[in-house]
Amino acid sequence: MSANLSASFYLLSGILFILALRGLSSPETSRQGNYFGIAGMIIAIVVTFLSVGNFGMGFVYVLIFLLVGGSIGAVIAFRIPMTAMPELVAGFHSLVGLAAVFVAISAFLKPEAFDLGTVGNIKLASLIEMSLGAAIGAITFSGSIIAFLKLRGIMSGAPITFRGQHLLNLFLGISVIVLIFYLCKFQSNNLFWAIVGISFLAGVLLIIPIGGADMPVVISMLNSYSGWAAAGIGFTLENTALIITGALVGSSGAILSYIMCKGMNRSFFNVILGGWGATDQASSSQTKEQKPVKNGNADDAAFLMKNASSVIIVPGYGMAVAQAQHALREMVDALKKNGVKVSYAIHPVAGRMPGHMNVLLAEANVPYDEVFELEEINNDFANCDVAYIIGANDVTNPVAKSDPQSPIFGMPVLDVEKSKSILFVKRSLSPGYAGIDNDLFYRDNTLMLFADAKKMTEEIVKSL
Amino acid sequence: MEIDPFIFRFSIFILSIFIGYYVVWSVTPSLHTPLMSVTNAISSVIIVGAIIAALAGSSEEIFETSNVFGFLAIILAAVNIFGGFLVTQRMLQMYKKKKK
Repeated sequence: MSANLSASFYLLSGILFILALRGLSSPETSRQGNYFGIAGMIIAIVVTFLSVGNFGMGFVYVLIFLLVGGSIGAVIAFRIPMTAMPELVAGFHSLVGLAAVFVAISAFLKPEAFDLGTVGNIKLASLIEMSLGAAIGAITFSGSIIAFLKLRGIMSGAPITFRGQHLLNLFLGISVIVLIFYLCKFQSNNLFWAIVGISFLAGVLLIIPIGGADMPVVISMLNSYSGWAAAGIGFTLENTALIITGALVGSSGAILSYIMCKGMNRSFFNVILGGWGATDQASSSQTKEQKPVKNGNADDAAFLMKNASSVIIVPGYGMAVAQAQHALREMVDALKKNGVKVSYAIHPVAGRMPGHMNVLLAEANVPYDEVFELEEINNDFANCDVAYIIGANDVTNPVAKSDPQSPIFGMPVLDVEKSKSILFVKRSLSPGYAGIDNDLFYRDNTLMLFADAKKMTEEIVKSL
Repeated sequence: MEIDPFIFRFSIFILSIFIGYYVVWSVTPSLHTPLMSVTNAISSVIIVGAIIAALAGSSEEIFETSNVFGFLAIILAAVNIFGGFLVTQRMLQMYKKKKK
């Protein structure tokens, strides 16, 4: 296959990838979009086989490896529970990162195969591109592994910080740039390995200081990195499909990080430089004087909601942990039978990744036109009888609007306090991730339901 | 003076960032999780480089270090391609409208 023809096909698959993302603008077109993506991938792979034109023993091996990897991926995709989606995505990011590193290593060891010159005599631009691709890929890999471990609960979600951490990161960043400069001059293998090694370390150090609830930002950021790594390799291989895809994924991840940061009213650097929580714990313990709370049970909650005309449900990470989405749907069905109008309110940073709550509700067969984003539904709280808060906390805290001293001041929150009564399903009075007390617990119109989210919801269903 | 081909590729890159910017802002927030999994899948088009690396040289060369790295990258990318697209499909199947 001629180079021009294959380049045209790579462009075509790039366009199909754009259409894949475009499809996600609404659930109706999204499935079709996914098929565009698959078509783009098939075209890219077939064209690569044809343009390499080597159909010997190697080709058979490639097919075997492709099928081995493919079956592993397929098994994972079918067996993964929806609640584990954040760690799955983090795991997948790590694979893209590592694949980018491996391709860069091959290109460095055998530049002839990629038309980049000969060993020790690689074109300058290609050297810069491949070493940047390898460095970003390595950071993506080790950073995603840490994110995966934290999300999976294998590693504590608490931020790990030590003195001089930021200085060390800065030093590692600068040394990678210096090493790339020397690599361009001497083209030595050891320099290349050093760049990869230091970048692995940098990825680890970059993610360990970031706390559990900041994971939506981390995952989006790593998503972005995996794109830039792919683009770096795309420049090395002079491959349009890879360059287009890398740019798309890179900007997609960057936008998601921005949306997540805005959802917390924090700057990107504030998140990257380490979490809340560590310093706020002391202050939360001293404000914890005993204030009276109203303690309710499932029957009270059922009675309150049955007699309401509208109920808004506010799910949070606690719902995901308790796997309460199916019980919640049953509860809503029972309420609807009683003529209650029910909708769901989703805060942008609810859960551990962008859109986490929406997927869980969709899994429980909640129609997506009953689920609303913060801006769409926030005014409705004033006309709503009951707000049922299940596993969310900080995103409902009115202190974000009233107290400039609070660490979450300025963060957009759901105006649940405007509804006539509030039902708070929570295991204890402990503060949320931000380490601050939620004033809502002590209001007259709040009924605390101290229980596991799933158990409590199931009990409410029974008494309905 | 002739324009370096790099500039053409760079132009494609920059324009694609802009396309990505506008396309991703139009993605509905409820589909942000599928967006992440599908971007994951498409960024595995890096398998193109892995295939070239694995098939480089004659048939006897496939056990050389650089080819082995190519083969390893093929496995990683293939996990991602199949896993990414299939899990996206699985998620998108779940998004349903209210039965009227």
